Parts: sequence; C-alpha cells; structure tokens
Amino acid sequence: MKPALQTTDPFLPELYRVEHTVRELADTVTLEFKPLSGARASFTPGQFNMIYVFGVGEAAISISGDPADGRMFVHTVREVGAISNAIAKLEAGAVAGIRGPFGTGWPVAAAEGLDILIVAGGLGLAPLRPAIYHILAHRERYGRVAILFGSRSPADLLYRHELEQWRQRLDIDIAVTVDHADRSWHGNVGVVPSLIPRASFDPAQTLAMVCGPEIMMRYSATGLLQAGIPAERVYLSMERNMKCAIGLCGHCQFGPDFVCKDGPVFNYSKIAKILAVREI
Amino acid sequence: MESLERILKEHPFFASFPPEHLQLVTGCARNHRFKAGEYLFHEGEQADEFFLVRDGKVALEICAPGKAPIVFETVAGGNVAGSSWLVPPYRWMFDARALEPARAIGIDAACLRRKSEADPSLGYVLMKSILPILVERLQAARLQILDVYGRGH
Amino acid sequence: MQQAPTTGTPAVLSIGGLQALIESLAHDGYTVLGPTVRDGVIVYAGIENVKDMPAGWASRQEAGSYRLERREDGALSGFNVPAQSWKQFLLPPAETLWTAHKSEDGFAIAPSGGTPAKYAFLGVHACDLHAIAIQDRVLSGGAYRDTAYAARRNNAFIVAFNCSSAGGTCFCASMGTGPRASAGYDLALTELLQDGNHSFLAEAGSERGAALLTQVPNRPAEGADLAAAEAVLAKTASQMGRSLDTSGLKAALQANPRHPRWQETGERCLSCGNCTMVCPTCFCVTVEDRTSLDGQTAERVKKWDSCFTLDYSHLHGGSVRRTAGARYRQWLTHKLANWADQFGTPGCVGCGRCITWCPVGIDITEEAAAIKAAPAAKEERDGKS
Repeated sequence: MKPALQTTDPFLPELYRVEHTVRELADTVTLEFKPLSGARASFTPGQFNMIYVFGVGEAAISISGDPADGRMFVHTVREVGAISNAIAKLEAGAVAGIRGPFGTGWPVAAAEGLDILIVAGGLGLAPLRPAIYHILAHRERYGRVAILFGSRSPADLLYRHELEQWRQRLDIDIAVTVDHADRSWHGNVGVVPSLIPRASFDPAQTLAMVCGPEIMMRYSATGLLQAGIPAERVYLSMERNMKCAIGLCGHCQFGPDFVCKDGPVFNYSKIAKILAVREI
Repeated sequence: MESLERILKEHPFFASFPPEHLQLVTGCARNHRFKAGEYLFHEGEQADEFFLVRDGKVALEICAPGKAPIVFETVAGGNVAGSSWLVPPYRWMFDARALEPARAIGIDAACLRRKSEADPSLGYVLMKSILPILVERLQAARLQILDVYGRGH
Repeated sequence: MQQAPTTGTPAVLSIGGLQALIESLAHDGYTVLGPTVRDGVIVYAGIENVKDMPAGWASRQEAGSYRLERREDGALSGFNVPAQSWKQFLLPPAETLWTAHKSEDGFAIAPSGGTPAKYAFLGVHACDLHAIAIQDRVLSGGAYRDTAYAARRNNAFIVAFNCSSAGGTCFCASMGTGPRASAGYDLALTELLQDGNHSFLAEAGSERGAALLTQVPNRPAEGADLAAAEAVLAKTASQMGRSLDTSGLKAALQANPRHPRWQETGERCLSCGNCTMVCPTCFCVTVEDRTSLDGQTAERVKKWDSCFTLDYSHLHGGSVRRTAGARYRQWLTHKLANWADQFGTPGCVGCGRCITWCPVGIDITEEAAAIKAAPAAKEERDGKS
C-alpha cells in the first residue's frame, strides 16, 4: 500500500498528547496518543509511526490500535533503549511528536475469502493486533481464523486479557505456547512453529501473517511452507534501524528494499533468499 | 591414499553396518577437507549431503541480526552434522562452520535416499543408526533450554 | 544520458568572457563556487575572479594517493575531481530540520525557515553532473521529498567544465557518464588551448544558460572550435585510468552475498568511511537531537552518516553488520546493484574519488571484477529455487 504523498515537510512531526497509559508487562507499556489539534491521520494495520520525545529523539513504533477508532494512536512500547525507555516513561498529559503513518500494511483486503493464520512471537503481537481487530470487525469476509502466539514465559504473554476475551468468541481459534514455564502453567510449552501442525486450516486457502523476533519468523515461515502454504501467501513484518522513516536516510535497507517504505510488511517469497544471509 | 570404503568403515556411525549396505553407501560418498572458518552449509540451502565429521570440530550456529551468531552445538570427529537431508523439504535449518581444520565424509543425500527406497533394509539400518543420535540431541537441547546455570527470570 | 539539445548556437569565450560570466552571476545574486588550490589540494570554494581558479594545475590520482602537479600550459580544467563534490553544498553535512521549544503545555515545534541558498557551481565535471541528477532522483524524486534540498537545487546555476584530461582513478567512460557533459547543466564550457590562445567553447543547456551567454562578450563558434572541442573530449576519453565492466554486474553482486571476497576486503577496510564522504552520490544521513544546556530548546539536526559505522545498522542492542566485510558488501552492493532496483540507475558515476581517498587503496573497479569472476551461487547452479 503506497503512502500518501505528503505536501508538507515530511520531517516535521505533529504534536500529540498522552491520554492514557497501561503497563502491560514488566518492561512493556501501552500509550494512547491524541492529536493536540485536528484529527488523527488514518492508518492501515501493520503501519508504524515515528514517535519523538523532546530532547531524546525519535523511534519507530508500530501502531497497535484499532484502525476503525479514529480518536487516537495506540502504541505498545518495550523498554529496550534510550528512546523507547523515554517513550515508555511518558505519563498522561505529556506531549510527544508523531510523524506517520509509514510503511506497507498487512494484506487484510487481499486476504478476504481466505483462511487466516496469525503467527506472533513475543512483542510481535503488537503490530498484528490492528489486523486482528480489522478481521474480527469484518469476520464474515474471512474463512477460518486462528492466532498462534508464543512468548518466553507465561509472565511475558502480551495482551493476555484480550486473548482470553477473543478465545471466548466461537469463531476464532487461539493457541498459546511458552518456551518454558513452571507447574502453575497448564498450557502448551514449546516454540511457536510447533503450533502450526496442530492448527486447523486449509493450506491451499490460507494466508499467514507472521511477526516476532527474526529467528522466530524465519522458522515459522519454514513451518508454514512445510504445512503446504505457498510462500506468496506468507507475510512477515521486518525490522531494521530507522532514522527518517521516509526513504531518505538509507539506514533501514534490507537488501534492495527500504523497510520504511517497501516494508515493514513483506511477502515472504520476495525476501526468503536474503533472510538467511548473515549481516545483510 | 586410503580407500573410501575403509574410511567409512572406520567412522563410528557405520560401526554396525552390514558390509553389503556399506558398499551401497560408499557409492554415494566422497571426501571433504574444510579449512578453519569454512562453511559446510548455510541455513536455507538445499540439504543435499549427509556429513560425517572424521576429525576436527564443526560449530552449528543460528544467527539473528544485531547479535553474534549463536553456537548451539559443536560436532567433533566421529559424529554427524545435520539431518535435514533425510526430511522433506531437504533444506538446512542452520549454518555449519568448521572451527578448526576438519575432514568429513560427504554422502550424496539424493543418492542415499534413492538407494534406501530401492532397498528398504538399507533405509532401516540408516534410520536405526541416526535416530539414537537425534534423540540424544533432542534431550540435550531440552537441558540447554532449562538454562540450569542461569540467573533465572 | 542523451545529449542535451543546445539552446542557441555554441559560442566561444575568452578568459575575459569567463571573468564576465563570474561577475554576471555574482551580480544576479549567486554565490559563485568553483575550484581553488588550498593546502596542496583542489577545494571548491568562493570564486570572485578567474585568478582564484587553479590555472596550470593537474591532479595525479591513484589508489590511496592524491598529488597536485604543475602544468606548463596554464590550463584551467587540467585537473580531475577534488576530494569533495558539490554534494557538500546541496546536501550540507549538517542541517537543522526544526527546533522544539519547551512550553508550559509541553513543547512547540518551529520549522527552520530562511531563504534557500542560491549557488552557482563553476566547473562541474560530467561525472558530478550525473551524480547531481542521481541525488535529485533519490532526494526529490520519490514519494517523500527533501524539500530543503529541492529548493537549493532549483536555485543552483550549473556551469559544467569538460575535462581536458582523465585521471588515474577516473572511469566515467565505462560508466557512460562522461567525459562529455551531456545534460543537467545551464552552460557547458570546453577549454581550448591553441598556440597560447586560451578560450572556451560555451554551449547553453537551458534558457537561463543561453540568457547568461548573451550578457558576456563572446563570438559565435566556428567549425574549427567545435572540432577542437571534440578532439579534447576524444583525448580525455582515451586516457581513462580505469574501467568498470557493468555487464552482468548487478546480478553477480546480488547473487553472491557469501562470496569470500567480502571478508577478504573487509580485512583491509578500516571502516573509516572516507569513500562515503567523498562519493558524490552517497546520501545517507542520520538525525539527532541537540538540546540546549538549559534544556529548554532541542534542535533536530540532520547530519551525514556512513554505512561503515557500527551504529548505522544498530538493532536490538547490537549491529546487524558487525564485520567490516559485511559493511563493505553493503556499500558496494548498494552502489552497483541495489541502487538500480531502488532508483533506476547505478549509483556510481565513475568519478574515482573512493579509490583515490581510500587510505588502503581499495579499488571499486577491482572489487566489482573480483565478484563477477566468481562462480554463480550454489542455489543458482542447482537450477532449483
């Protein structure tokens, strides 16, 4: 999906105020941002914003909210560095700069009529959540829908409450697994790809959307192909260092592609070859 | 120069192979010499060879962007490196790199699979020899996950 | 690039005509920039008089070496490209994008204002003309435009100089970017030195170039002048110090990310980033915050960056391209292969600067040839995907 051509300076952020924050996990916070003036720009599931904190800098954070809710931008941020730490520390009332949305989105339109497999690992569920919201809001347009989600441990399961709510619906399958757990956990233990053979879908009619750590995505993609899903119907969300998010700084190059404008969502058949090349 | 058949016979993997099966296997085999740092294979490539390490040491690694490659296992002389050649879609699932100069036997996997289809008793002997190695590796991997030395989460 | 249709008939200028050209540009409000000699090298700096320009200088360039040498003929275009290109003016090494000011409510953002600079570039070589066109495509030809770059670019008046000799590291001929200046200029000058006579064939490549020509003393060019200019260009084309065979190169580079040559060259490479700084097409930048000491103001500054730094590919606490070999691979593959996928042309114009200014003399033409000479990647050989 091509981004709209901007007539204003694409380096200039808009000002947003933090309305609400939720601590999701020990190191992860969700923030809701409302524009100081005007309406929030519309976005498609899978896109990201550049969030600016005064005096600290900008970071690329995927949008995790419902695209149909036009009031705010919802972002789930993990504390991994100076800028993400600063974003996670913003309190309600704080002002931040936002540029975006940028990038290609999940193929929710192209997937209509097909079975859907959402394969998420760790924080990878955050960029997929808008796609899940969209699919659930238009449930009748899709075939079978399954979410396969894995994390390091039960304490690291993101959006746990929401997962339980989705599970209560009768029209979506949810399988959750963790890498290791203690005896209080009665769910699956194992890696995400191990959930694929047990999921219920017709490979000839399935489209898969995968997001998580790169190793997890590589092995999940292999597992999906082994299950019979054609490579052209597997989509990954890639991540690379981003500075400008508009294809002018060169940082996010992944082979010949810019993750900021040719991605972050990529068709697996296009990137399979260089995905396994080191240091690319 | 040692005959290929004798080299195979000396490798522990073929210790209990009946001679007629060993002959079949030798027909698909060749010798390899790897320099330190040289790769036997890369993740994603076609797994078209069954490697048996004779001497030296081979690191099996997985790489993630932003981190040094993680060596999850080393294979020394007398052992085998990789089994993806036996399971469709026959693609390597990780990288294998010689840590020091290594010699290895390489058996053409397509050839071996073809001969096993034609002579199931060869296939059975192969499976019987490979499975204990894989079961042992699986158990070791489980122990590695436990991170028994770690600080705990 | 096709030959630009000349606007009007070619003319001939004397040195006096060139001086008049400089004065006319200055009078029209341009900051005239051109080659000068400083600290033993050629540097693009302010030009007020023809005397400021390097008459009778040649630049001897080889891998890892640059020396100025005296010429006897007093030629004004007897040297090849200096270390820096015109990129330093159009895409400045540091540029403030906007400033944030703290307020009681949070902060407010003030875009950087000011009138864009009005430059006249005097003495742009054919390779650099192509480089400017390439950067135009990158910075203002996509969905998102660097508007400040576009404004400076629009204002820029370009006077090209056809090279009268080629250097040891030049390979514009094999890249199809020279030595003839073929498009993208307002005026193109070819120096004609005949029997002590010093004149310039002047061809206009735009309306404003033609207009400027009418304002300086000149005479119409005759057949002899045109023939002399052709001879100059032919001589230069035959002197190229190097060449780069681009046939099949893109495919070879993209198919061989695991070629052992990358790590071999990585052992030589110092990751100093000189190549990216002197390269006229390299455009990578970073953006950082500069806070005032009292914490009330934060400037957002865009600065030149290089894919050779470890920080460039920082991700998840480490660098994606940890080894120098991987970083060299990124630079070369981008320049000679991926660039074509991204922007429709190769990224290299054959100026040779990266070869000259590499402290260890890594030669892009040699590296490209080495990769091309490799057998195809294993997967391609098997014929299976």
